[in-house]
Amino acid sequence: MDLGAIISILFMSLMAMVPIVLTSVGAAWSERAGVVSIGYEGVLLMSAFFGAIFAELTGHATIGLLGGILVGILLGMLHGAITVYLKGDHVIPGIGINLLALGVVPFGILAYWGTAGQHQLPLNAQMWHISTQYGELSPMVGVTIVIAVVTWWVLFKTPLGLRVRSVGENPEAADALGINVEKYRFWSTVYGHALAGLGGAYMSVDWLGLVHKTMSGGRGFIALANMVFSGWNPLVSLIGGWLFGFFDALASWLAPKHIIPGQFILMLPYIMTLIIVAGIIGKARPPKWDGRPYKRE
Amino acid sequence: MKKSGSEILESLNIKALIESLIAIFIGFLIGAIVLGAFGYDPLSAYYWLFQGALGSTYGIASTLRYATPIMLTALTFALGTRTGIFNIGAEGSFYFGAIAAVIFTNIWANMWFGLAMGMLLGALWALPAAALKVYRGVHEVISTIMLNWIGWFFVLWLIVGPYANPNDPNKTIRIPIEARLPNIGYGLSIAIIIAVIAAALTYFLLWHTTLGFSMRASGMNPKAARYGGMSPKKAVMWSFILGGLLSGLGGAMKIMGEGPTYAISQGGANIYGFGFDGIGVSLVGRNHPLGIILAALFFGMLRAGTALMQAEAQVPLEIIKVIQGIIVITVAIPGLYDLIKKVARRGAA
Repeated sequence: MDLGAIISILFMSLMAMVPIVLTSVGAAWSERAGVVSIGYEGVLLMSAFFGAIFAELTGHATIGLLGGILVGILLGMLHGAITVYLKGDHVIPGIGINLLALGVVPFGILAYWGTAGQHQLPLNAQMWHISTQYGELSPMVGVTIVIAVVTWWVLFKTPLGLRVRSVGENPEAADALGINVEKYRFWSTVYGHALAGLGGAYMSVDWLGLVHKTMSGGRGFIALANMVFSGWNPLVSLIGGWLFGFFDALASWLAPKHIIPGQFILMLPYIMTLIIVAGIIGKARPPKWDGRPYKRE
Repeated sequence: MKKSGSEILESLNIKALIESLIAIFIGFLIGAIVLGAFGYDPLSAYYWLFQGALGSTYGIASTLRYATPIMLTALTFALGTRTGIFNIGAEGSFYFGAIAAVIFTNIWANMWFGLAMGMLLGALWALPAAALKVYRGVHEVISTIMLNWIGWFFVLWLIVGPYANPNDPNKTIRIPIEARLPNIGYGLSIAIIIAVIAAALTYFLLWHTTLGFSMRASGMNPKAARYGGMSPKKAVMWSFILGGLLSGLGGAMKIMGEGPTYAISQGGANIYGFGFDGIGVSLVGRNHPLGIILAALFFGMLRAGTALMQAEAQVPLEIIKVIQGIIVITVAIPGLYDLIKKVARRGAA
């Protein structure tokens, strides 16, 4: 393997890390506030679809990304309303969102573009890339790094972040100090899903330039694994997300080489996720009130 | 006999059943709005949906046929939730049940052998997630989803590689005629009967055996179960293994009981998605075997009706997955019944 190939894989891994890092960072913030969601997979898929529509209608990829955020916000509000205000189970609404995405996206692709399962975006709806001789890079890579760093800084270095973490760690004490537990939990959930929405729209209007009915490919769950691996820390999840992006990139780099059957290469990211999660998880400690509804006595 | 009937109903919870019916209504309502938004006629779509599912003997038979696999994968999810875990691994076990049927009936063309190997491989594929949960504390949602993907690519490789049919490319070799499930008419095999028996056995296990009691006790409160001398770890292990076994059976029967090819089709199209659909079935059936039979018949009906709906109203069949997703989200709203009663009362006053 020569230097060019290494740089090429590096670029691919930076592109592949974006949806995973954004979702992990959002999920980390939401779970720090005590709200678990497993619906990110569905958020990624649906915002990829709607983001592409926004981008095509306006002819601007940035509008597509904003559309993805909007989808994330709406789904986050739905999840927040059920879990925070109605004190419902934290896992089941996510299952519903994932199932909904499995219907909305294939149905929408067929009903809106009239093609089965896949749609290629026109060039004017795709994000511009910095192209080099080793491959392309999206400005979203930089944006993702900034979002991860800023989220970490706010969460751990500001009074706002302290309040967010307090409602996930000890809502009773936070409540006694006059912090509105429900409000913080609700908007934290919305923020988490909004970042996943950005990651989803990135996949369609920026990274791949197409919409496919299974394009999220388990990344919503890989992101959750990465969040646990990173100890609910946005800064660490940047590194972890790059690692998962690397396996993704390695798989797509190896695939055309036909060394072993393609199916085994495609398994790689999932096997590595399983191994990494099995290796570290005993030591991982979630926020104390993670996934538990808080009811004032 | 009378006593046991009321006992089943008691364990089912009537209020929850009404909530499921409300959720189904809301699902159809929002589905109609989506259809209208994309320029379809919802009334005609729903008319042909029900006409296709219930309007003929053939329609009813296909309703039962579609209800079979999702009934079994729903039981997998229900066994999990009753034990306090979210087992999303039915999908993966289903693939392995299907491929096991193809592999082993071609070694020994015997129906029971095929079903048994399907159950065995389904249970085996559930084991890693069980072990990771019990010994390493890995959350089962993450591990089962990863195993589903790994299993999917592995089975795809088997379909195009070692078990590809040389005479019919992109499909697997067929189930030998002697090992196929007996047909009871209109393309319906005895699989539906076996699935209902499996549901009954699951009910018996959960409410009438010591193991089932310790599973439910661990699901409600693992600490209390441990103080009571039970082992929540053992309960979780059994929940995964028996769950995998049921989905493996579903996968095996999908291939052994459905013609015309009795093989896994191109890209695994006829084995994909049943595990995920089963989750919806289980939630709407309130994770209770009896509720699951009813919910599976309902979702089977939706799926059976899509053929006519596509042909007559030109509506893509995926709309039923949209409806299903909305139903599950609505079911997740706690105290839906009381909530609606409150709103209705406020509206009336």
